[in-house]
Amino acid sequence: MDTFIEQLPIVVHSLNIGFLQTLKLFFVTLIGALPLGLIICFGSKSKIAPVRFILKIFIWIIRGTPLMIQLLIIYYFPGLVLHNPIWGGDESGRFFASSVAFIINYACYFSEIFRGGIISIPVGQDEAGLVLGMTRSQIFFKVKLLQMVKRILPPMSNEILTLVKDTSLARIIALQEVIWAGQAFMKGSQGISGAIWPLFFTAIYYLICNGLLTLLLGGLEKKLEYFR
Amino acid sequence: MSILEVEHIGKSFEHTEVLKDICFTMEESQVLSIIGSSGSGKTTLLRCLNFLEHADSGVIKVAGNVVFDADDKEYLKDSVIRKNRLHFGMVFQSFNLFPQYTALQNVMLAKQLQAEKLPDFKAKKKEIFTEIEDEAKMLLYQMGLSERMNNYPHQLSGGQCQRVAIARALAMKPDILCFDEPTSALDPELTGEVLKVIKELAEQKMTMIIVTHEMAFARDVSDEVIFMDDGYVLEYGTPDEVFNHPKEQRTKQFLGRFIEG
Repeated sequence: MDTFIEQLPIVVHSLNIGFLQTLKLFFVTLIGALPLGLIICFGSKSKIAPVRFILKIFIWIIRGTPLMIQLLIIYYFPGLVLHNPIWGGDESGRFFASSVAFIINYACYFSEIFRGGIISIPVGQDEAGLVLGMTRSQIFFKVKLLQMVKRILPPMSNEILTLVKDTSLARIIALQEVIWAGQAFMKGSQGISGAIWPLFFTAIYYLICNGLLTLLLGGLEKKLEYFR
Repeated sequence: MSILEVEHIGKSFEHTEVLKDICFTMEESQVLSIIGSSGSGKTTLLRCLNFLEHADSGVIKVAGNVVFDADDKEYLKDSVIRKNRLHFGMVFQSFNLFPQYTALQNVMLAKQLQAEKLPDFKAKKKEIFTEIEDEAKMLLYQMGLSERMNNYPHQLSGGQCQRVAIARALAMKPDILCFDEPTSALDPELTGEVLKVIKELAEQKMTMIIVTHEMAFARDVSDEVIFMDDGYVLEYGTPDEVFNHPKEQRTKQFLGRFIEG
């Protein structure tokens, strides 16, 4: 049995690789879910009643069921039920399926935050833009968007920190993220087996990552303090 | 030719008739005040002129050209409305400045966005923007806000905000500038500075429609006064006619407190 000091570099190396996958899923989700959330948000305010209705049902289902179940269904349903394994069984397939599940799930939460942001802007801002001859899209992008960003930043920060930790759910379909990498040393990997401390050690990765994000998002909030 | 002709404007919300057969005309460089109690339809009338509401019936003409006809759907198209509403400027009771822009940027924004659609915008961007900035600075100077143009709205007093809003409306060079109770959100001291600016605009022959509760101001600054009650134009004439010789009992009742005081 190696000592902790001898195990440490092996474990850290493994966890680093795992955490890279964690970060990849985090960023892909963010990049996909932010615009999709905005589209769902506009859709849920659409003038066409069926569009509104379908999106309401969709948001209800996605927010009403565990993300873990959604991951399982999205990954296994095509192969096991439809006999059409679109994802493939390798790591890139698991990553792709995870990304789809996470983007859909987070887009629904984001869309509700966006909706809250939009309805919190006084109607006078629209009217002022309109009487100055601006188009609806100019009013949204030039007048309301930044005010909206300022208002939704605190709840968005919350969601973003949660997302970092939620990526660990992808472990359920064996995505090789940092939890998976830590767990490997329990079963045995690279000459280390029965060690549980690497799993506990993964917490430090999340902690540091969320520490940095908190600083970044706090800085952004500060930057937007120049107006009220 | 009259700059503005309003013919038989009617408007209902749900089952409440808010405007009933409103008719009036305005000559260029004149000031028209609209007075009346809250809920009499003054603000709705102003919002119909700026197309923030669409009248259910009636016609609006600017300098002889139809800009709105309730019977013709063409006038409800977004692009048509956007073009026609530029005949009118609007100053709101609650200012509605854009909080993330400085006073100067508030005045320039709409003009800059408009300039982007000019055919030679790319080639002449610098000159066009300089011109817009010079004009905006000139307007803020006129409003007595030269020292304040780089301040954000939350750093300004209510009176200063309202003067920025007036400059912002003037920047679009409207034919007719509308004020919707411009001093109702201000304390008496700040009210004075805003009324002074409006008075100066009247002296410069700006065509204006002012919805107000400031009776003395309406009497002094207006060429014509409308008294509205329950959606009707009840009294329509010179300040002397409306304030000193009202025809209707309701007008006398409304003005009673003001005339006695």
